[in-house]
Amino acid sequence: MSQWPLLSLAIFLPLIGAAFVLLTRGDNEEAVARNTRYVALWTSFVVLVVVLLIWAAFDTTTAEFQFVERAPWIPAFGIEFHLGIDGISLFLIVLTAFLVPVCILCSWDSIRTRVREYMIAFLVMESFIIGVFCALDFVLFYLFFEAMLIPMFLIIGIWGGPRRIYSAFKFFLYTLVGSVLLLVAVLTMYFETGTTSIPDLMTWGFEEELQRWLWLAMFASFAVKVPMWPFHTWLPDAHVEAPTAGSVILAGILLKMGAYGFLRFSLPMLPEASVYFAPLVYSLSIVAIIYTSLVALMQEDMKKLIAYSSVAHMGFVTIGLFSMNQQGIEGGLFQMLSHGVVSAALFLVVGVVYDRMHSRLIATYGGLVHRMPRYALVFMVFMLASVGLPGTSGFVGEFLVLVGAFQANTWVAFLATTGIVLGAAYMLWLYRRVVFGELVKAELKSISDCNRREMLFFVPLVAAVLIMGIWPESLLDAMHVSVVNLVEQTAGANEAASFAMRADR
Amino acid sequence: MAAFLAHELLTILPALWLAVAGMALLTAGVFISGNASHIVFWGAVASLVIAGILAIVSPVGEQPFNGLVSIDPFGRFMTVLVVAGAVLSLIMARGFMRRESMERFELPVLVVLATLGMYLMVQANDLMTLYVGLEMQSLALYVCAAFQQDKLRSTEAGLKYFVLGAVASGMLLYGCSLVYGFSGSTSFDGIVATLAAGDDSTGILVGAVFIAAGLAFKISAVPFHMWTPDVYEGAPTPVTAFFSAAPKVAAMALLVRVLIDPFAALVDHWQQIIFLLAVGSMALGALGAIGQRNIKRLMAYSSIGHAGFALVGLAAGSEAGVHGVAVYLAIYLVMGLGTWGCILAMRRDGTMVEEIDDLAGLSRSQPALALALAVFMFSMAGIPPLAGFFGKFYVFLAAIDAGLYTLTVIGVLMSVVGAFYYIRIVKLMYFDDPADAFDRPAGRDLVPVIAVTAVVTVGFFLFPDPLLDSARYAAATLVAGVSP
Repeated sequence: MSQWPLLSLAIFLPLIGAAFVLLTRGDNEEAVARNTRYVALWTSFVVLVVVLLIWAAFDTTTAEFQFVERAPWIPAFGIEFHLGIDGISLFLIVLTAFLVPVCILCSWDSIRTRVREYMIAFLVMESFIIGVFCALDFVLFYLFFEAMLIPMFLIIGIWGGPRRIYSAFKFFLYTLVGSVLLLVAVLTMYFETGTTSIPDLMTWGFEEELQRWLWLAMFASFAVKVPMWPFHTWLPDAHVEAPTAGSVILAGILLKMGAYGFLRFSLPMLPEASVYFAPLVYSLSIVAIIYTSLVALMQEDMKKLIAYSSVAHMGFVTIGLFSMNQQGIEGGLFQMLSHGVVSAALFLVVGVVYDRMHSRLIATYGGLVHRMPRYALVFMVFMLASVGLPGTSGFVGEFLVLVGAFQANTWVAFLATTGIVLGAAYMLWLYRRVVFGELVKAELKSISDCNRREMLFFVPLVAAVLIMGIWPESLLDAMHVSVVNLVEQTAGANEAASFAMRADR
Repeated sequence: MAAFLAHELLTILPALWLAVAGMALLTAGVFISGNASHIVFWGAVASLVIAGILAIVSPVGEQPFNGLVSIDPFGRFMTVLVVAGAVLSLIMARGFMRRESMERFELPVLVVLATLGMYLMVQANDLMTLYVGLEMQSLALYVCAAFQQDKLRSTEAGLKYFVLGAVASGMLLYGCSLVYGFSGSTSFDGIVATLAAGDDSTGILVGAVFIAAGLAFKISAVPFHMWTPDVYEGAPTPVTAFFSAAPKVAAMALLVRVLIDPFAALVDHWQQIIFLLAVGSMALGALGAIGQRNIKRLMAYSSIGHAGFALVGLAAGSEAGVHGVAVYLAIYLVMGLGTWGCILAMRRDGTMVEEIDDLAGLSRSQPALALALAVFMFSMAGIPPLAGFFGKFYVFLAAIDAGLYTLTVIGVLMSVVGAFYYIRIVKLMYFDDPADAFDRPAGRDLVPVIAVTAVVTVGFFLFPDPLLDSARYAAATLVAGVSP
C-alpha cells in the first residue's frame, strides 16, 4: 500500500479534476454548470477516499514522517520535492478532504454565475492546501502556502458580498506581507544551513540570537494567518464578504495553516526563541480571547459574530501550542480540528438561512424553531460544540488546552477560562435571538426547513462533532507519538529557561 | 596573420552576421520595388534567429582583438536573451504596424542594428567597445521611439529619449575619460591591474560612479528614471515592448559586467550606490504605479520596479548575485513580453485603447486573454508558483547571502506594495462588470507569443533546471574571470 505515492495522488487529483472541469461540455449553460458541479463533487469524493486510505494505513507507533516521497527538484540548490506526514499533519489533511466536498455541496444552488471557474478555484485550492500540510521542504511549503492566495482572492472577489473587492484586497495584501517575511526567514535558514529540508532544519539548532529574528519573521506570517490579535482585522472582512463555502474554507482550514506553521516550524526549529517569546504569545492570545469575545457579543451580523468567535477560539489554540507540554499541544491540535469542523458548520448554518432570506443580520430572524425544527437541532449541536459542552468536540480541545496552560502558567489558564464564559454568552444569546421566540416577522412565515442536500452535509458534520467529543482517543491516538517527540525536542530549551528563571530568583 | 585574423573574426561571427544582414536588409528595402516590408520583416526575424544560433554554437572563452570583446558564457547567455526579446517583439509588431499603416521596412532593420549594438554591449571588455555598443543601440532606439512620426506623442517620446539619453551618454563618456586618465588604460584588464597595484583609486572611483550613472539611465533606475513613463507611453506599443525587453537586459548585463569585472576591487564603494538605486527603484516603481490609469505608463513604473529588484542581486556583488540577476532578467523578459502581447491585443473598433479601465470584465468577454494577463500579473507580483516568484527568490537569496538583510526586507515589502497594482488589474478583469469587448481575433502574431510566454511563466517551476544551470554557469565564469 505504502508504495503508492498516495500523498502526491491527494495533491494532484484535484488538479486533474480541475482540468476535467475545464473540459466539461454541455448543450447549454445550465447543463454545463450541472456537469461541472458533478465532476467537482466526484473529484473531491475520490480525494476524500484517498485521504481515508492514508489514514487507514497510517502507523500510529512512530514519530517518523510517513508516506515519504522524495524527488530532486532544483538540485543545484538542494531543493527537493519532498512530501511526508506525521501525526500532526495527518488530521489536517483529513479535515481538508472532508470539508471540500461539503463546500461544493453547499454551493450547489447558491452559486449560479461562473460555476466552472468557481469549481476550478476550489479544486485548485484543495490541491494547494493538501500540499501545504504534506510539504517537507521549506521552499515547497512556501510555494503552496502563498499560491493559495490566488484562488482565495478570486473566490472572495468574484462570488463575494457587496464589499467583496475591499475584503479581497485586504485579505491578499495582509497575508502577503506576512508571507514575504516568512520568505526572508526561509532564505536566511537556507543560507545558514544549506538545506531547506524540514526534518533536517528541525534538528539543526540555530544560534539563539538568530532564532529570535527568525521567530519574529515567521511570527509575522503565521500570526496573520491564525489570526492573532492585533493582526486579525482582515478576518471579519474576508469571512463576512466571502461566499458561504469560502468562509467555510477560510475558517475551517486556512486559519489552521498559521497554527500548523507554529507547530511545524517555530516550535521545533526555534525552541529557545519560542520559550523566549511564549509570554508574548500568551498575552496576545488572552487579549484575543477576551477582547474578540466582547466584540462578538455586540455584533449584529451573524457571520461577523462567528468570525470574531474564530479569533477567540484560535487564541486557545496558540495558548495550547506554546504551553509546550503534551496536553497543551494535543489540546491545541484537537482544538484546531474541532474548530475546523464547528466554525465551518456554523458558517454553513448561517449560509442556509442566508440562501433563503439573503440577510445575515440577526435582527432579520427570530423564532425559526417553529418553521425549521431540523435546522434548530443542527444549529444547537454546533452552538453547544462552539461553547465547549462536554460530549462535543469543543470540550476536549479546550479542556486539554487549559490543562496544559495550568502547568505552564496559572494566570494564563485563569484568564483563558473567562473566555469560555464569554463564549457561552455570545453563542447562547445568538441562538436565542435567531431560533427561539415568537415567529412574528411576516417574511419568515414561509421559510422552509433544511432540505435533503443540506442535511447531507450537516449529518456528517454533526457525527464528527459528537464522535470527536465522545471518543477523542480516535484522533489523539495518532497524535501522541508525534507530539511527545515534539515536546522532547523543545524540552531542552524549556528546562534551560526555567533553570535560568530559578537562578534569577 | 590571415589565419590569425580569420580565427579572430570567427569568434565574433554573430556580430558580423548581424552587421551584414542589417545592411543587406536595408539595401533590399531600398531597391526592391513595391512594398518590401514583408520580405525585410521576415528577413530580419530570420537573421536574428540565425544570430542567436550562431551565438550559441560559437566557441566561448576567447578575448579577440586584443581583448576588446570578451566572448564568454555570461555574454552568450545575455545575447540569447536579447535576441529572444528582439525576435518576439518584432513578431508582435507585425500586426500592429499593418493596422496602424506604418508598415515600413526601416523598423526591422533598426531592430537588427540595435541588436548588434546590444551584442557588443553584453560582450564588451573595453571602455571603447562599451561606448560604441551602447551608442549603436541607443541611436537605433531613438529612431524607433519616434517611428510614428505623424503622431505627436511618438515624436515627443523620441525627442525626449534622445535628449535625456544624450545627457546620460555624456556622463558615461565623462566617466570613461576619468577612468582612462587615472588608470592609463581603457581595457577592463588594464583597469583591474591598476586597481590591483593599489594606486590611489579615487579618480577611478569617480569615473566608475559616472559610468554607473550613465548605465542606470539605460536601465531606468531611480533617480535616472524620469524619461521612462513618457517614452513608454509615447512610443508605438510594440516598440515599447521591445524597449522593456531587450535594451533593458543588455544595459543591465553591461552594468553587471562593468561593476563585477573592472571595478571589482571597488565593491565596497559601488555596493552602496547600487543599494540606493535598488531601494529607490523598488519604492518608486511600486508607489508610482498606483496612481496610473494608462497601462503603458503603469508598465513603465513596473519596469522601474523590476530594475530595482534585479539591482538587489547586483548589490550582493557575489556570484550568487550575478546568478540571481541573470535568472531575474530571463524571467522578466518572458513575462514582460507576454504582458505587452496582451496590451497589444487591447484594441476596440480598430483603434488601440490604453486605459486600464478598458480591461474591465475581460474575463467574461475574452476569458483566455484575461487568464493569460492574470497569470502575468500574478507572476510580476511574485506569487508562487509562477515564474516571477523564482526571479525574486534568487536575487533575495543572494542578498541574504551577502548579509544585506535591510535591503531584503525593504525589497520584499516593496513587492507587496507592488502587488497592489498588479492585482488591481486582475480585479478589473475578474471582479468588475464588463466593458465593451475587444476586437477579435487578437491577431495571428500575438496569440502564439502570448501563449508561449504564458505557458513558460506557469510551467517554469516544473523544469527550472535548464535556465538555472545556464545562468549559474554564466555567473560563475564572469566572477571567476575576475578574481585571480
